Amino acid sequence: MRRVALTVNGTRHELELEPRELLVYVLRERLGLTGTTVGCDTSSCGACTVLVNGESVKSCTMLGVQADELEITTIEGLARNGELHPVQQAFHDHHALQCGFCTPGMVLAAVSLIESGEATDEPAIRAGLEGNLCRCTGYHNIVKAVAAAAGVR
Amino acid sequence: MAITESIQTVVGTSVKRREDASLLRGRGTFVDNLTLPGTVYMAIVRCPYPHARIVTMNLDVARAAEGVVAAFSGADLAEDWKGSLPCAWPVTEDIKMPPHFPLATDEARFQGDGVAVVIASSRALAKDAAELVEIDYEPLEATADVEKALEDGAPLVHSDLGTNECYVWKLETDDFQAALDAADVVVTRRYFQPRLIPNAIEPRGVLAQVGPSDEVTIWSATQVPHILRFALQIVLGYPESKIRVIAPDVGGGFGSKLDVYAEEALAIALAKRLGRPVKWTEERAENYVATIHGRDTVHHLTFGATKDGKITAVKSEATCAMGAYLQLVTPGIPLLGAWIYSGPYEIPNYSVTFTGVFTHTTPTDAYRGAGRPEATYVLERTMDALAAELGMDPLELRRKNFVKEFPHTMASGLTIDSGDYDASLDRLLELLDLDSIRSEQEALRAGGGAQQIGVGYSTYNEMCGLAPSRILGAIRYAVGGWDSATIRFQPLGSVQVVTGTSPHGQGHETTFAQIVADQLGVDLGDVEVLHGDTAVSQLGMDTYGSRSLTVGGVAIWHASQKIVDKARKIVAHQLEVSEDDLEFANGSFSVVGSPDRAMDVKAVAFQAHSAHNLPDGMEPGLEATATYDPPNFSWPAGAHAAVIEVDIETGDTRLLRYVAVDDVGTPVNPMIIDGQIHGGITQGVAAALWEEGVYDEDANLLSTTMTTYLVPSAAELPSFETARTETPSPTNPLGVKGVGETGTIASAPAVINAVVDALSHLGVTDIQMPATPERVWRAIEEARQ
Repeated sequence: MRRVALTVNGTRHELELEPRELLVYVLRERLGLTGTTVGCDTSSCGACTVLVNGESVKSCTMLGVQADELEITTIEGLARNGELHPVQQAFHDHHALQCGFCTPGMVLAAVSLIESGEATDEPAIRAGLEGNLCRCTGYHNIVKAVAAAAGVR
Repeated sequence: MAITESIQTVVGTSVKRREDASLLRGRGTFVDNLTLPGTVYMAIVRCPYPHARIVTMNLDVARAAEGVVAAFSGADLAEDWKGSLPCAWPVTEDIKMPPHFPLATDEARFQGDGVAVVIASSRALAKDAAELVEIDYEPLEATADVEKALEDGAPLVHSDLGTNECYVWKLETDDFQAALDAADVVVTRRYFQPRLIPNAIEPRGVLAQVGPSDEVTIWSATQVPHILRFALQIVLGYPESKIRVIAPDVGGGFGSKLDVYAEEALAIALAKRLGRPVKWTEERAENYVATIHGRDTVHHLTFGATKDGKITAVKSEATCAMGAYLQLVTPGIPLLGAWIYSGPYEIPNYSVTFTGVFTHTTPTDAYRGAGRPEATYVLERTMDALAAELGMDPLELRRKNFVKEFPHTMASGLTIDSGDYDASLDRLLELLDLDSIRSEQEALRAGGGAQQIGVGYSTYNEMCGLAPSRILGAIRYAVGGWDSATIRFQPLGSVQVVTGTSPHGQGHETTFAQIVADQLGVDLGDVEVLHGDTAVSQLGMDTYGSRSLTVGGVAIWHASQKIVDKARKIVAHQLEVSEDDLEFANGSFSVVGSPDRAMDVKAVAFQAHSAHNLPDGMEPGLEATATYDPPNFSWPAGAHAAVIEVDIETGDTRLLRYVAVDDVGTPVNPMIIDGQIHGGITQGVAAALWEEGVYDEDANLLSTTMTTYLVPSAAELPSFETARTETPSPTNPLGVKGVGETGTIASAPAVINAVVDALSHLGVTDIQMPATPERVWRAIEEARQ
């Protein structure tokens, strides 16, 4: 076991972790933050995407102990004072989710894409979301929502 | 009391989804998010061979491992099963239905067949210990090829049956062969539609507990809580009255969660044995072998036609993989397409034969469209082949054969209630701008460059909304096709709607609330839609086959009429007028001619509950249940076109445009309809271009991850161009038709037709799905020789 300190959605947690525990299971099972979902366990689908120090990371690809002293944002930490983050709001406005299982990861990937300035047009948004799979929407409305949140056409 | 603001136009508008609020905040209730005190975790040991005898099994090391609570072989649990995992669709009287228990005991019949189970205090420890189960297997010969499995000497999946043939099912009109022989032109084509792996992004999951009086509660990522409840009685012997099935938020299904799975029965059996809640969450690698697949059929399709392009006969002979066992509706999947091999065309002579075949593979079952994509693919591909044979324009051939008058009874025997196929095609061509596509195509061909383009069409119809129970019975489907709804006014005027359908992304809560708000004249916000828990929704037939709106939604409409009828009696009694003198609009009853004498429906609800002044003999409360069994299937239709770019040097393809015009009757929520169509198109495009579950010659599955089975991302797809034509269904009072599967049914043939069109000047006439760069390149090379 190893002692680590993670800051998740602004709250610092000191935890004893097994070295093999994946970050996604630390979030889900140790901290009860089940908004981050597991779709493939193999870094293919992106459902488990979170922000680590502001950058999108597939949390099934990172060990919990690697997150020591890092800042993590999960879907639960995105809305502020009950108000949806603009990307969450755009997903609602544009019907960019159906079953909602990939949505937390997709939203966080989009937040990262927009904040890094890479969401410049539709092709860039499509390329930027390549690591996040959705089986319901065909991406049409996801791309519209991200473009709207990014203020591009 | 103020009259409710008029909101009786909420049907037909794009109301934003109420489901989003929790899902967007990460507060979904997916099964893996749930645990109970004392929960233990189950891991399944799966056979790594496609076919093997289990010679010995030693569980001692696993049982002694850290955290392990118990471990069982298939033989250890054999006494727990009161019946086989059920197949609800024995399509013929002499179908072969081998037993299928949750764990194999002496012989495993596909790679991934469960053979033992380990339960431990954590997910990780269960998985660790599963690796410690020692099994001595004797590998046996296996085949995954649906045609080779029928050959003499093929390895048998169930040796006691003496054959891999599961059934032969046939539907043929009188004097069919004479009609075909009389045709001027006969075209026959062979098609293989590979396996598709559904890949709902949420893998399956189960949490089960059994109480001290054998009261069973199971949370499952299922589309079919009601069907699962009665299946669990069959497998485990608990009476349905003691079984509560909860389908919480379910992360997509596409048919793959329309089933009754071994792990659901195992979790309950082990929860009973251990006295603790048992949880299992499928890993993606398991999902590829342990959750059903779709398609895997070989078709020979024949058209007979006159010289001027009138199709006189259609004949389909299909060999369809069942996999190693029959799951819930495995044998019936081809039949879901059996009546529509004439599609939107008037074809008077009709012959369809299906041969179901066991192979050493994961069982097949419903995957989005289920039988209808298969039928539509071979039909729409062969329309293009016939057009080429006749030297006709493929659209002219389609128009010439369209059914023009409705209702139309097809040669297959079912009646299409409504449609306007020309209207959809007209609208498609308005959007498509075919002239400029053809000009560009000509210019590219003349230029001789690597990049060429093509355009392909699919004009389709389909039967969905399953459906009339009598017809389902006549085709040997074991359950009914009705659905149920309860509407319950609370005393202070809020409304609970309980539906027997079970959504998993389709937005039923929003759509159904729209129907109720309109019918009862209440605010959308006053309507709560409940589902997915058999303790709350006691009657229902669940969600599959694009049935939820056309059956469940219509049941809600009927229940709302019963509410209005009862409320009208109360108002007539209290205002001392005849019921006939009352009109109901915008949530208010008023006396005809004296609009100041009125009562709001919410006030009626309060009166119904206070019961101070009700008509003699009337029961208190304002609640109604309706069970609706539709008199016909639902018949959506449309016209789709794909424009594709092909690099003729590398074989790479790129979908440039996808234009879809669909007629799904009267829209309730256009935004949700478009979303269904986008997702459906994507799954059909993916089948055409990327996705294929590949088995090797020894029946080892090679497509075992999302990197070898190519579920598309946003980067591979364009935005779609969608439009609707509307012919309301006369079958139901809402005029609605199903929409969940239309995109998938229509899109694969449009895309392959476009690829072939792009290469037609090179002599290419067919491409095997999916049109991978290698296949495209080889097709070009073969055509050159």
